[in-house]
Amino acid sequence: MRQSSIWRKPGIALAVAMLLLPAAALAGEAKGTIKIATQSPLSGGQAAFGEGIKLGSQLAIEQLKGPVEKLGFKVELVPYDDQAKPDVGVANAKNIIADKDILVVIGHLNSGVAIPSSEVYKDGQLAMVSPANTNPKVTDRNLSIVSRICGRDDVQGEVGAVFAKSLKVKTAYVIHDKTTYGQGVAEFFRDNAKKLGIEVVAFEGTEEKSNFDPIITPMKAKKPDLVYFGGMYDQAGPFFKQAREKGVTAKLMGPDGLDASELAKIMGKTGVGLYYTTAAGPVKLYPKAQDFAKTYKAKFNKDPEPYAAEAYDSTAIALKAIEAAIKAAGGKVPARESVAVQIRKSKYSGITGNIEFDEKGDRKKAGYFILEVASEDPGKWGDNKLLKREEIAPPPLQK
Amino acid sequence: MDTSLLIAIFPQVLLDGIILGFMYALIALGYTMVYGVLEFINFAHSEIFVVGAFIGVEILLGLQARGMLDAFSPFLVLLILLLAGMAGSALLAVTVERVAYRPLRGAPRLIPLISAIGVSFFLQDAIRLFESIWRNAFNLVYPTMDQLNLRFQLTENIEISVKSLVVIASALLMLWALHLIVNRTKVGKAIRAVAEDQATASLMGINVNRMISLTFLIGGAMGGAAGVLFGVQYSLINPYTGFIPGLKAFTAAVLGGIGNIPGAMMGGLVLGLLEAFAASYLSLLTGGAFGAEYKDIFAFSILILILIFRPKGLLGEVVRERA
Repeated sequence: MRQSSIWRKPGIALAVAMLLLPAAALAGEAKGTIKIATQSPLSGGQAAFGEGIKLGSQLAIEQLKGPVEKLGFKVELVPYDDQAKPDVGVANAKNIIADKDILVVIGHLNSGVAIPSSEVYKDGQLAMVSPANTNPKVTDRNLSIVSRICGRDDVQGEVGAVFAKSLKVKTAYVIHDKTTYGQGVAEFFRDNAKKLGIEVVAFEGTEEKSNFDPIITPMKAKKPDLVYFGGMYDQAGPFFKQAREKGVTAKLMGPDGLDASELAKIMGKTGVGLYYTTAAGPVKLYPKAQDFAKTYKAKFNKDPEPYAAEAYDSTAIALKAIEAAIKAAGGKVPARESVAVQIRKSKYSGITGNIEFDEKGDRKKAGYFILEVASEDPGKWGDNKLLKREEIAPPPLQK
Repeated sequence: MDTSLLIAIFPQVLLDGIILGFMYALIALGYTMVYGVLEFINFAHSEIFVVGAFIGVEILLGLQARGMLDAFSPFLVLLILLLAGMAGSALLAVTVERVAYRPLRGAPRLIPLISAIGVSFFLQDAIRLFESIWRNAFNLVYPTMDQLNLRFQLTENIEISVKSLVVIASALLMLWALHLIVNRTKVGKAIRAVAEDQATASLMGINVNRMISLTFLIGGAMGGAAGVLFGVQYSLINPYTGFIPGLKAFTAAVLGGIGNIPGAMMGGLVLGLLEAFAASYLSLLTGGAFGAEYKDIFAFSILILILIFRPKGLLGEVVRERA
């Protein structure tokens, strides 16, 4: 026994040396690896959305990494799955800031996950570019590392309320999912609706996922003209479907969380005629995004989900900023802070239009859209009827 | 406060609560029967319930893909779904018992409990894995069968859909069948004997293992049927759907007096009604201060009150028989 343990030691040393050798050899070839992380739900009920963000980002890196590679760096994507849960997002964020190669995070899908996670990124001076978080608090905390490509819920709620008014709605029944995002946008809708003279007959939250009967019964008895659901499609879908099946004839409406082809799958023909507002325009509305849509479809064999194009642009901006930061650092690996500074300076013409950020990280002109579901076929989600399109500047920072 | 509105929706809320209650009752039977015989909580039962729902949706989607869904009467389709769901879940329940519980039969009470929790996690992720490979989907939707969605207008404010009637009728039918099996047949008597005293029962020539398997079989079948009915009624399911209804049904079983079959039914109904009334009335009664989101707190507070005064559950002491 003793003999064998003596024999084993040099063996281990040799094995370790062999493992280290190729790593050392690789490091000599390039100046290093620069990683861009994505954080979005890749499993669970909102995975369709989250995967769109990952794939949009992946495509951008593949197509646009050239300039950074010319400077002598390898560019890699590291996707993280935040499961749409704040605790998972924060735990991932801690791992992300510990990896010194990661210079930018693209994410998240859910504002409730993005806000606590960005507090962690702040500690690591790591820049976050958000393709999809619409809650005002994402940027209103005035963190220098946070920038976003999409619009805001305070504006989205107002756009929705103004549209509801134009439908001659007199009473509205507002339900939300109690998340930062869902409740937030529902509150903005409610407040703006009240200002416009629409009577909000109820404002309620629910975490229920399957049995909506007890909410629908009193709702039906109150006979509202419009029902607004602040939340995501996997909850709004069954809720609206059950409401229709129970004979609720009110107009149905919701925010960008409803903008997923799976909503059509859940609701079937009860979904036709549903209105939703969104900060992610359908890809067909952006002339410059047509190639993106084609490549995406060819490569991943599905249409881009909403916010995939925004993720593409977020990543493009990140790559540009990294390139500028490398040059500013004299060709060396740049500090994370300087990447964040470069992102804020971006003047970029992306596939979703021109992108510039204001002092707190909001896009200077963000698009807002109102659409109507046109078909029960999930494959035709991209053909939903556009009713209104606006470009609105974000409100200034409240000091 | 709008009193006329409160009165107007009362019958509809009652109906919602009864449907939910029967759903809980069917699931609760699986918990209570196993507890009655083995005195442990089968936490994997919520997944056995969900497997029933998944079998149902797979058959429906299969029929739909072949364009055969409209060819049959929806009632026939529903019957097939129920039978398949019951068979699948029953088989799964028996397998789980054989693999995860029987080897631990002599171990301290907590050991099979941990095993049950493990099985529960395993099954959740097994379903998720299967569905992500097979359909690349997380949420599955029961296709709409129009005839089941027809509604009867009873009065101005009360409507009942065909599928709600179907849920109530099948639940009642199954509870009645279970009652007959347990109380009127030799097998039922044997199960009750095993529940009373395993050693003595085996001395009387009863095959204890077979009776325990049978208990899981019946409990699993009820769970599977509940799964199918749940899917038909509420339409959207995912691999984790079972957790909350499972927890509620377990509560219902405790409320009724765990180990007691009529107690489980009663507990299910009481919990379903409490939940429905809390969700519908809280916001109306408090002027919006407390909304439907507090329904569980309200329902469970009442539950605690009941259990303070009747620690053995509603029927825990009155009926001695266990199964």
